[in-house]
Amino acid sequence: MKRIAAFLLVALAIGAVWAQGALSINGAGATFPYPMYSKWFDEYHKKNANIQINYQSIGSGGGIKQVTEGTVDFGATDGPMNDEQLKAYQDKHGSPVLHFPTVLGAVVPTYNITGVDATLNFTPEALAGIYLGKITKWNDPAIANANKGVKLPAEDIVVVHRADGSGTTYCWTDYLSKVSDEWKTKVNKGTSVNWPVGLGGKGNEGVTGTVKNTPNSIGYVELIYAESNKIPYGTVQNSSGVFVKASLAAVSAAAAGAAKEMPDDFRVSITNAPGKASYPISTFTWLLIPQKFADASKRDALKGFLKWALADGQGYTEALSYAKLPKEVVTKELKAIDKIQ
Amino acid sequence: MATTSTTVPGPSPLSTSRSFLARLREGDEIARLITFLFAASVVLLTVLLVFELWQGSALPRHKFGFEFFRTSTWDPIADQFGALPFIYGTLVTAAVALILAVPLGIGAAIFLAELAPARLSDTLEFFIDLLAAVPSVIYGLLGVFIVVPLMRLYIQPSLKSTLGFLPLFKGPAYGVGFLTAGVVLAIMVIPYIISVSREVLLSVPRDQREAALSLGATRWESTWKVVVPFARTGIFGSIFLALARALGETMAVTMVIGNTPTIAASLFSPGYSIAAVIANEFTEATGDLYLQSLIELGLVLFLLTFILNGAARLLIVITSQRGSGMGNA
Repeated sequence: MKRIAAFLLVALAIGAVWAQGALSINGAGATFPYPMYSKWFDEYHKKNANIQINYQSIGSGGGIKQVTEGTVDFGATDGPMNDEQLKAYQDKHGSPVLHFPTVLGAVVPTYNITGVDATLNFTPEALAGIYLGKITKWNDPAIANANKGVKLPAEDIVVVHRADGSGTTYCWTDYLSKVSDEWKTKVNKGTSVNWPVGLGGKGNEGVTGTVKNTPNSIGYVELIYAESNKIPYGTVQNSSGVFVKASLAAVSAAAAGAAKEMPDDFRVSITNAPGKASYPISTFTWLLIPQKFADASKRDALKGFLKWALADGQGYTEALSYAKLPKEVVTKELKAIDKIQ
Repeated sequence: MATTSTTVPGPSPLSTSRSFLARLREGDEIARLITFLFAASVVLLTVLLVFELWQGSALPRHKFGFEFFRTSTWDPIADQFGALPFIYGTLVTAAVALILAVPLGIGAAIFLAELAPARLSDTLEFFIDLLAAVPSVIYGLLGVFIVVPLMRLYIQPSLKSTLGFLPLFKGPAYGVGFLTAGVVLAIMVIPYIISVSREVLLSVPRDQREAALSLGATRWESTWKVVVPFARTGIFGSIFLALARALGETMAVTMVIGNTPTIAASLFSPGYSIAAVIANEFTEATGDLYLQSLIELGLVLFLLTFILNGAARLLIVITSQRGSGMGNA
């Protein structure tokens, strides 16, 4: 009997030591950077066996909500928190929450037009007009003038958009709000909006499926999704007037173009960014990290992770089709990490 | 337990006055209490559910009041929420589903229970139960890859050319929409109707059939005029089950309905249902009013199910009172 008790005691002690050794940090939020984050957390755990970061991809809205409620140690979002949300956080915790851009993504227009194989060029006016329901035929001059030499049919355009709330929709509508005043006043930007026209598909796969199945349709999907599934997509005219096809380099260029005017809180939209090589429908994705931590070991672990993700971590991005952060942004972020207390 | 109950029966012909303690010792009271608790938990759960939905939707209830049911703008950015298109979509798709599924399902059940050889009936029943167990996302995929293209290429154009004068079959054929969602729902609920109705029909006593046959009825007459009316309540039960499933189905519907909050007479038009919009928008709903409006939609769906079930039960009571002398219920 005594021996069993002694054994149990030892087992308990070992358990306690082990539990203390492995620091577990929990985060939740955006689905778009999830493959990148899970790779990072995994690699970081391999290098620092005592730190285990768990991440649940429940959506940006959920990430903001949970970090505000304090049920997770950090959040993640595809669209920056608005002033109202920041104030709600400040009121609850007495200190602010900080945004840290981690990687970049982009949204591309994809289409299925009977008899057209060419890569189409889209002007901002054409995209806004199509999604407002004002341009209804494929051979409309707004589309045809940018695609000389392509024989576009006189067919109705079937517009497809995301039905579920998503960062992809946020980026797409943020772009349309910037290039079209009418869009801004009528629809505006958000993870879900009141669409003037179109069919809703659930997820990137839902939009892709609907576009593939419906002749003469247009939709929008994440660049990563389009790349990994070999979905053809069109070019978009940027603010310098150049038609740019989305690529990792063009997305990083957009971020670099925006980096010069980067605000200190990193809450910046890089849609329609300046620069000839910039792809205009690009976006950062952010980690939301509280400025004040009650638990010093968690704070240090997260700071360590952030520094690693901004340096070595960026090396893993391209294999997963995410675009790297430009150097200017990384330098600025490394300074901002010191704000975390 | 069995032994105690056999030893006691002597002194208790007027057992109402037996002490509570004695009954407790026998185990009867314990069993009664435990099973009562189980039954009560169902009611409790329902009450809790309504309470949570009610409490969770305080903001939009106060802000929009009855307007929530009458307006059709759903704009998360302008904080304007109206449930009408979602209610409409839910009702229309469920109605289409039942119109298609009820005759098919009951017809199949009659064949399996009354006319088919027992072995064939049992084999088919195995497949039907299998269909009832298929996850709804699989039906959704079936819808996306098979039903939607079929609708767009063949069914909708042919409906348009034959019945196009009706407002029901007008407008562009996208493939997705109310009709397609209704068809996919019908496919999903038919196994329920067949399976339950068949069981009910099989449980109709032999005497009923034999009596009808001995009076000179044909086989079909005995089935249609005696057996089916006898099993009416159970058949209605299977239809409620189907209705409940059709109203609440989320995944398969959202994959084929087009997810556009519209109210249109045409069944070709894309639409939206309550369950689908909740599933799609809940994770990314940030504002309090937005989130609570989605919760209020949940409450609306609950009420809708409640009202429809109540109405259906009333229908049974009325029809069985008017009764054709079968008085089985």
